[in-house]
Amino acid sequence: MMAVAEERLLLRAGLGERARRLAESAPGWLGRRRAAALARFEERGFPTTREEAWRKTSVAPIARTAFRPADAPRDAGAAVAAASLPGSGEARIVFVNGRHVPELSSPAPAGVEALSLRGLLARDPDRLSPLLGEVLGDRGHVFADLNTALFEDGAAVLVAPGAAPAVPVHLVHVSTGGDGEPAASFPRTLVVAGRGSEATVVESYRGPGGAAYLTVPVSEALLEDGARLDHYRLQDEGDAAFHVSTFAVRQGRDTGFTDHSISLGAALSRHDLDQVFAGEGGECTLNGLFLADGTRHTDTHTRIDHAVPHCASRELYKGVLDGSARGVFDGLIVVRKGAQKTDAWQTNKNLLLSRQALVDSTPRLEILADDVKCRHGSTTGQLDPGALFYLRSRGISEAAARSLLIYAFASDLVHRLRVESLRRAVEAHLRSHLAGAREVEEALP
Amino acid sequence: MLEIKNLHARVGDKDILNGLDLAVGKGEVHAIMGPNGSGKSTLAHVLAGRPGYTVTAGTVLYRGRDLLALPPEERAREGVFLAFQYPVEIPGVSNVYFLKAAKNAILRHRGLPEMDAMDFLALVKEKAKLVEIDETLVKRAVNEGFSGGEKKRNEIFQMAVLEPTLAVLDETDSGLDIDALRIVASGVNQLRGPERSMVVVTHYQRLLNHIVPDFVHVLVEGRIVRSGGKEMALELEERGYSWLEKEPAPAAAPAAR
Repeated sequence: MMAVAEERLLLRAGLGERARRLAESAPGWLGRRRAAALARFEERGFPTTREEAWRKTSVAPIARTAFRPADAPRDAGAAVAAASLPGSGEARIVFVNGRHVPELSSPAPAGVEALSLRGLLARDPDRLSPLLGEVLGDRGHVFADLNTALFEDGAAVLVAPGAAPAVPVHLVHVSTGGDGEPAASFPRTLVVAGRGSEATVVESYRGPGGAAYLTVPVSEALLEDGARLDHYRLQDEGDAAFHVSTFAVRQGRDTGFTDHSISLGAALSRHDLDQVFAGEGGECTLNGLFLADGTRHTDTHTRIDHAVPHCASRELYKGVLDGSARGVFDGLIVVRKGAQKTDAWQTNKNLLLSRQALVDSTPRLEILADDVKCRHGSTTGQLDPGALFYLRSRGISEAAARSLLIYAFASDLVHRLRVESLRRAVEAHLRSHLAGAREVEEALP
Repeated sequence: MLEIKNLHARVGDKDILNGLDLAVGKGEVHAIMGPNGSGKSTLAHVLAGRPGYTVTAGTVLYRGRDLLALPPEERAREGVFLAFQYPVEIPGVSNVYFLKAAKNAILRHRGLPEMDAMDFLALVKEKAKLVEIDETLVKRAVNEGFSGGEKKRNEIFQMAVLEPTLAVLDETDSGLDIDALRIVASGVNQLRGPERSMVVVTHYQRLLNHIVPDFVHVLVEGRIVRSGGKEMALELEERGYSWLEKEPAPAAAPAAR
């Protein structure tokens, strides 16, 4: 069987041994979860395109590569400096190859504990037992299992009840790419937004170009009653990298959750966002932007679960695909039986810049309640020729006119990024990919 | 300034212009009138270089150069401006910033010094006054949420900022009430000058009460069938176009230069 052979390949490259060692050295509750996750992976192997959730995305390039565990870097400072995002006004907690680097991190703002998971598990082995893996449950796919079996470290961001930290907590993840040998890292994040708190958490993932490394992050966020959490996520991996991430969110009563998910990099990326309303009166806003060119492939799956009545969700994802890139958006909204007065709205808009670029957009609604307001829509198109001609007729070159329209398409999502470092990174990425630079610079505010 | 000879053009597989001749001298204002479907807007778009409008025969010389050989942006940089009948809404693109980029592209093309932000904003202020357009409006996204009248004023505002040598106004009066028409026309009149020629395309004579042309031409089935002075517009207003459609096309009488 192919799946078995491939999963053996991954585990043979040192990851299997690493997983067994991590399970043995962990506190009992975590050791059991790690061992169970590894067993599930060994049994199921990598998903194939015959599985519904992976029909549009083949992970064969990952399965065919013998990744070894990413080591702690020799020079973390240089790696971080190379991948650093400009911008200030935030607390940065830095991770290189999935490991916390305290000397490059800044103190967390008042009201937040931002800790290394590894450190916390060593100091206080049982504190996280009711939390870690709790939101994810068994909903994750095999990559989430790999993370559970293999995470070395990560972040626990614990926002105290009622706290409103003054600045965002930015979890900066940098990969070094593995010195020519494919390496894999499995960063883990746990965010607990305490009762009535208000916080902003940012995750960014970056790495060098040209290196075929693998990053498999899993993040979990738990919003206790009355909490508000603004979450930002930037995937800006190197152009040969693989990135398969999972984000599980559970919202308590009267909570407000906003997520901005930006996907710019990687040869192959997949992001699963799995949200559930566990208490009434919740609000959730998911914004996303994915850009891909060349032969890159980017896939986003979101699931919003209206498990209880009186919750509202808003979702807007936009994709821009060039070259022969492929984009996938699959957005599911579930309204459970009895989840009356649900108000759900989902839109996916895609812009195709070449004839070879392709996007698969699948908005899905599963509604089992009868007193609900649900809308969804999806559009995919090309640049408006009328708008192009209008700009050119004023003296703007064709290349610059195209660039301006592409920028304009993405700009409403970019303007919603209220974390400066992230907004600047996305603007810089967009501008560096837009032709007709001089005129474009002039025509942008 | 502009010399059109035997121009034939098609849109898709439909022939629209069928041997059009027109000569526009420096500083002159020419009105092109005609019934719906006669090819007026096609002429305007062909002059601006809209993709999809194919010239099948004829020549257009602009200041002695082959205009048809240039892409739209080059025409603009050489001083050709089209005021659109239906200005396009472009959400996310700032009207004033894009105009600054256009202005500087034109200045660079002509080897002139570029404008910095301060100078440009002063120019915007001055020209906004000229067409009585709200300064906050011109700083919004291009035409987004503008009323019909605001869009037309924005066209004339852009023309004022870009200072073309040949302006083609495509049905600038359509959809305007009389007050808006007066404002737009007054803006256009202030832009008239000895170095600037204009081709004013219109279905109705009323615009020509405000923008008084030097010459009037009637376009029927893609050809100019009659040319005359400004008084001809009044005759057309009275008699309509149908009598001209039946008349055999006379030898085109291009206006004196």
